[in-house]
Amino acid sequence: MNNPLIRVEKIVKKYHRGAEELTVLNGLNLNIEDGEFIALMGPSGSGKTTLLNLIAGIDRPTSGHVFVRTDDISSMSESGLAEWRSRHIGFIFQTYNLIPVLTAYENVELPLLLTPLGGAERRKHVEIALYIVGLADRMSHYPSQLSGGQEQRVAIARAIVTDPTLLIADEPTGDLDAKSAEEVLVLLERLNIEFKKTIVMVTHDPKAAARARRLVRLEKGILIEENHMDGHSSSGLTDGINVSGISAKSE
Amino acid sequence: MGIPVKYNIRNLIVRKITTGLTVLGIALVVAVFLCVMSLAEGLARVFKSSGSVRNIIVLRQNSQSEVQSGVTRDQVPLIMTLPGIERDTDGSPLASPELVVGLNLEKIEGGTSNVTLRGISEKGSLLRPQFRLIEGRMFSPGLSEVIVSSGISKRFKNCGLGDIIRFGSYLWNVVGIFDAGGTAPDSEIWTEVDGALNDFKRLAYSSVLLRTTDSVARDQIIKALAIDPRLALEGKSERAYYEEQTSTAEPIKFLGFFIGVIMAIGASFGAMNTMYATVSARTQEIATLRVLGFSRPAILASFIVEALCLALLGGLLGCLLGILAVNLALSGITGTTNFTTFSEVVFAFRLTPKLLLMGIVFSIFTGLIGGILPASQAAFTKITLALRQVG
Ligand SMILES: Nc1ncnc2c1ncn2[C@@H]1O[C@H](COP(=O)(O)OP(=O)(O)O)[C@@H](O)[C@H]1O
Ligand SMILES: [Mg+2]
Repeated sequence: MNNPLIRVEKIVKKYHRGAEELTVLNGLNLNIEDGEFIALMGPSGSGKTTLLNLIAGIDRPTSGHVFVRTDDISSMSESGLAEWRSRHIGFIFQTYNLIPVLTAYENVELPLLLTPLGGAERRKHVEIALYIVGLADRMSHYPSQLSGGQEQRVAIARAIVTDPTLLIADEPTGDLDAKSAEEVLVLLERLNIEFKKTIVMVTHDPKAAARARRLVRLEKGILIEENHMDGHSSSGLTDGINVSGISAKSE
Repeated sequence: MGIPVKYNIRNLIVRKITTGLTVLGIALVVAVFLCVMSLAEGLARVFKSSGSVRNIIVLRQNSQSEVQSGVTRDQVPLIMTLPGIERDTDGSPLASPELVVGLNLEKIEGGTSNVTLRGISEKGSLLRPQFRLIEGRMFSPGLSEVIVSSGISKRFKNCGLGDIIRFGSYLWNVVGIFDAGGTAPDSEIWTEVDGALNDFKRLAYSSVLLRTTDSVARDQIIKALAIDPRLALEGKSERAYYEEQTSTAEPIKFLGFFIGVIMAIGASFGAMNTMYATVSARTQEIATLRVLGFSRPAILASFIVEALCLALLGGLLGCLLGILAVNLALSGITGTTNFTTFSEVVFAFRLTPKLLLMGIVFSIFTGLIGGILPASQAAFTKITLALRQVG
C-alpha cells in the first residue's frame, strides 16, 4: 500500500474556557487514502468540526501532527497555510457560506483568483465546475436568488474548481430539505466515484453516512472505525470497505 | 490576485443607507474645508499676484504699511534721482509718489467699511501692468475726480460711474471704473495725488512706487536707501511688500486647516464606525475567504480599499458640493478687512485644482484612518471562531 494521502498522528486538541481545560481530541489517529469517501459521525460537541478544521489547515493542534502526503501542515506558518489551503482543500460548509454580493459565477471563480490562471482559463474552469453541479444556467444568479440546495451546489462547485487534493464537508446537508440533501449527496458520491475526489464528510444523518464508503465515529476524543450497514467493525485504516449496497464500489 | 474590488463596491452598494450617510459626512467635511481654503486662497492671491518684482515701494523706515508711512516732499527728488530707475519714453523716471488715505464708506448691503483712497502721480497706472480702465475715463488732475475699482463700485454706495462719493466735506466725481486683475488696487479708489494732498491737508506722501531697470539695480536701490541715515527711508520690492500683507490670509488658512482637521477626525470616526459595523456583519464571510486561501494581508487590503472607496466617494461628492457652493452661493466678490491696513480687501473665493486635490487627499486620509483598525480586525479574524458564528 502507498503512503496514505492524509495521516493524522496523535492529535491532541484542548480548548480553554476560563480556568477550565477541555480536551476535545485526545491522541487521535486517522489515515485517509487517496480516493476515499469517509463519513465522520459522532454526538454533537464531540469534536468533529475541530478535527475537520485541523485536517483543513484552519486550526492548529495542541500537539500531534497532520501530514498531507509529505507536508506536515501543523508546522506551517499562517501565510504558508493559507497558500496551502488554496491549493489542496475544498471546504463545504453546512451554511454554504457563499459571498452574498457575488454571483454564482463570481463565487466559484474566487479560489481561482489565487492561482496564476488567466481570465479565459478561469472562465473555462468555472463553467465546468458549475456544469458538474448542474447549475450552468444559474451563473449570473446571486445567492439570494437560489434555493438552499442550489446554493450548496454552487458551494460545491467553488470547492472543486481548483481541483483540490481533498474535499472537506462539515454537515453539508444539515440545512437542507430531504430532496435537496439527496441531490447534494448524489453529487458528492459522483465526485468521489467519477472524479476520484477524496472526501471527508461530517454528518448526523445515517442516510448521508450511507453514501460514504467508510464510516468513522468520534467518541471521547478518539475515533472508532465502523462498518455501519453490515455491522462489521473495520479492522484498520484501509480502504475498500463495502459500506452498503447503494454506493459500494467493488474492487 | 487579491480579493476583487467589485466585492467591496457591491458591499458598499448593498449597505446603501450607511454608505450614503458616511459618504455624506465625509463630503460635508471636505466641502467646508474647501470653502474655507478657497477663501484663504482668494485672499492670498490678491496679495501674491500684486506687485512686480522690479518695482520698489519706498516707505518710511520701519513702517509696516503705507498707512503708517510718510515720505516728505523734499525727499521725493532725492528718490527720483537714484541711479537704476527705469525711464519712461519721455525720459522721466518711472516713479509715483503716492498718498494713501482710508475712507469710511457705506456698503450697499449696509454698514460701513474702510476703503483705500490712493492718490497717484502721472506714472502710477503705468507702474501697475494689470491696471485696465474698463468704463469711463481717467481722472483729470485738480478736479476732484476719482476712478473706482469695479469690486469696490459693486460693494459700496455711490461708487458707480457718474456717482458722487461724499466723505466728510469732500466730494469726488466718479469718472471711471477700473480693473486690476485680482491685485491689490482692485480694492482701491484712485485720484490724483497732489489734489489729494491738498484735500487732506497732508504735507507728506505715504510712499513712492518706482520701477527699476533690473534686479541688480533694484537690490542696489534698496541697499542705498537702507544705508542712508538722513533719509530714514526703506525700500522693499513691491512683491515682498504685498507678501507681507498676505498675513491676512494666514489666519484664515490656519482656521481652514484647523476646522478641516477637527472635522476630518470626526468623519474618520464615522468611517471607522461604518467599517467596524461592516466587518462584524461580515465576520463569517471573512472567515470563508480565509478558508478559501486568501491571506491576512489580502483581507487587510480589501477592507482598506473598501474604506478608501467610501472616503473617495465622500471626497468626490465634497468637491462637487464645494464647487457648487463656491460658484453659486459664494460667487459674488467678497470683501474682508486687511488686518495690516484696516481697509477693505476685495477678493473672490478661489477653488483651484490644487485645493480640489487637497480635498481628495483629505478624504483619502479620512478613509485610511477610519479603515485601518477595522481592516486589521478583519485580517486577524480567528477563522474557527468566526465560522461558529451563525451567519
Ligand atoms: N474555540 C473554542 N473555544 C472553546 N471551546 C470550543 C471551541 N471550539 C469548539 N469548542 C468546544 O469543543 C467541543 C467540540 O466542538 P466541535 O468540534 O464543534 O464539535 P462538533 O462539530 O462535533 O459538534 C465543543 O464542546 C465546543 O463547545
Ligand atoms: Mg460541528
